[in-house]
Amino acid sequence: MTVFMLDMIIFGLGIYCLIAKRHLIKKIIGMVIIEYSVNLFLILLGYRMQGIAPILSPGQDIVEFAKKGVDPLPQALVLTSIVIGLGTLALMSAYTIKLYEKYKTFDMSEIRKLRG
Amino acid sequence: MKKAEIEKLVHDESIGMTLIVKTVARIMIAMILLYGFYIVLYGHLTPGGGFAGGVILAIAYTLMMLAFSRHIALAKLNDFWASMFDNLGMLAFVILGYIGLNVGIFLYNFLGKGTPFSIVSAGFIPLANIFIGVKVGACLYAVFIGLSIYGRLVLREEE
Amino acid sequence: MSTVAMPLMVALPMLFTVLILIIGKFWRYIGPILGVACTAATFYLSLLLITAPDSVYQMGGWIPPIGIVMILDGLSKLMLLVVNLLAFLVMIYSISYMNRYTAQTKFYALFLLMLTGMNGVVLSGDLFNLFVFTEIASLASYALVGFGVESEELEAGFKYLILGSLASTAILFGVAIIYNLTGTVNMADAANMINAIKPNTALVFAIGMFIFGFALKSGLVPFHAWLPDAHPSAPAPVSAMLSGVLIKALGVYAITRVAFSVFNGEKVILDIILWFGLISAFVGGMLSIGQDDIKRLLAFSSISQVGYIAMGIGIGTPAGIAAALFHLFNHAVFKGLLFLDSGAIEMRTGTRDMRQMGGLMKRMPVTSLSTVIGSLSISGFPPFNGFFSKLLIIIALFQAKAYLFAGVAIFVSFITIAYYVKVQKQILFGPLPKVYSNIKEVPISMTIPLITLSVICLAAGIFYGFLNNALFYPATQAVLNQAKYISMVLGIGG
Repeated sequence: MTVFMLDMIIFGLGIYCLIAKRHLIKKIIGMVIIEYSVNLFLILLGYRMQGIAPILSPGQDIVEFAKKGVDPLPQALVLTSIVIGLGTLALMSAYTIKLYEKYKTFDMSEIRKLRG
Repeated sequence: MKKAEIEKLVHDESIGMTLIVKTVARIMIAMILLYGFYIVLYGHLTPGGGFAGGVILAIAYTLMMLAFSRHIALAKLNDFWASMFDNLGMLAFVILGYIGLNVGIFLYNFLGKGTPFSIVSAGFIPLANIFIGVKVGACLYAVFIGLSIYGRLVLREEE
Repeated sequence: MSTVAMPLMVALPMLFTVLILIIGKFWRYIGPILGVACTAATFYLSLLLITAPDSVYQMGGWIPPIGIVMILDGLSKLMLLVVNLLAFLVMIYSISYMNRYTAQTKFYALFLLMLTGMNGVVLSGDLFNLFVFTEIASLASYALVGFGVESEELEAGFKYLILGSLASTAILFGVAIIYNLTGTVNMADAANMINAIKPNTALVFAIGMFIFGFALKSGLVPFHAWLPDAHPSAPAPVSAMLSGVLIKALGVYAITRVAFSVFNGEKVILDIILWFGLISAFVGGMLSIGQDDIKRLLAFSSISQVGYIAMGIGIGTPAGIAAALFHLFNHAVFKGLLFLDSGAIEMRTGTRDMRQMGGLMKRMPVTSLSTVIGSLSISGFPPFNGFFSKLLIIIALFQAKAYLFAGVAIFVSFITIAYYVKVQKQILFGPLPKVYSNIKEVPISMTIPLITLSVICLAAGIFYGFLNNALFYPATQAVLNQAKYISMVLGIGG
């Protein structure tokens, strides 16, 4: 239970970092922290107390393995989610570099040409 | 590159990082590549697989670009070939899915299942891991090249 | 034939994306050729799939709920037709339009990747697969919005990127909670389990996360902040795709599918969507009046019309849902037409500011006529299609005794007429400024989609009865009938 609470604290920290900081790269770091906290949440859901890793070694009993192993499905889902996070991070970094080239600043409050 | 040229490159202080970093990087790049290949190839038996192995393969080339200078890393694998390997890896994976359409099912596991716990088992999953490993490695290296070229352009405009 | 056409809708654009990227390094003109070929093929397949029976496709041969499934029912058939029709016409339009931009090969590759994602969202039968295809389409659209790398486009693209990623993270959170409560991510299996368990706080939290994520993707107020910046800044074909199909396939379709097929039409979800629709229709309408940039006006108008669709779906009755789906189809057609028109005008006059234009009817007849037809359709003049769909939504709201919503809908439709009359007066009629006295009509590859969409606007209004029996009535039945959905996937009685 406390592990989930700590994970939600990380999520809250990420949201604080995304909203309250004005530097573009700090906003990117906040976004990455949010994504990783949701990945961590997904893995924590599959945990079983005193469980073993879901890798079958030769000569192991299948029924015993199914009784004690942690859930492997969230781990597969998180693998996909990490790849998506990587793609988003690459795109955000490219946008930041081009924004610096055009606006000559990293400060989000000065990048406000569109309004109304 | 011949051994004499490499020795001259390592001792040249103006290219890349210091002597210690370059000497250690020479040894580490080969080991990182070997480790990456191991994780990709045994992906259906031990944790890892295509994506994790691909990231490790990209790290080897990134280390080469960081320790030595950019143009030496580009001489080993330039940006055209990096994105070409990226696209060829994805093409191979999509064609692997299309082969199953002969039976009428997309992404059907058409190779034999083999004996458990050996390398040649689990159908086409090792092949898929290899294609994805190549793709992800080349893709991350190409992203790193792109970001470093952009950064260099922006900084040069400022001076 | 139909069982192999379903994965082809997703796999064909994926294959053509990578072929464009490989061959495009050597020969520049492969992009338009392969792009038109691919969208023509998927459009033809989507027409074939309308007449096919409802079916389930198992990826890799694994049975549900262990394996991934693709589901074709009435709602999917309607969405497939809308997405692929607009993609085909926009692809023909962009052959000439994209000549002003560099790196055209990457445009066609990103466009086909976005089409892959949207087709996958519409066909998927698992919650997590829905999330993955949403992400594919969204990532392609983030890159496409900032395609011409000017400062305004980059700023709009960055804002869209951050907000869209936040929404996707919320959707993943919702999927994680559903997985914990039910033990599966398959939509039909989760529906079975949710019907059996008692309502608890975690389920309400998951519903909240889903509504936040999908409402942001569809541009409902109060999550609309990215839309008025992103849709004008994108190149015109991308604006047409974004405003015409992306906000509907990723936003409205996804929330409909989750609310009706997974949660069995919970009153709470539908009420929230109804109120969001009301506020969106009102705010979008009011904010459009003072705009001078034509594409920004069209973007706010999109917010308003998506509010209409949300009101129709939120009311929950069969008449309301059928009217909302008809308005979805109509809005894709005429908003795509209006955005393509604005792109043609911008290409010839070089500006998007309406105060500097005027009298374009004399020099650009086809563009002006299709703008007039598009504006009349969206304002709701008979016999164009907008009249019928708006009338049916208002009638459905009256029949469900939601008088406040019906009143606001009528009021907003008057406001819509007001600002579209302003648009037409400012840019089409009146004196022609001297600087534009030599402009010509746009090339023929751009006028063909404009004429086609105008004809569809007229035909969808006149032949409404035929369209209703073929498309909208089966879609409404598919939305409301959760038991049939579960039995189709799991093979047992719901």
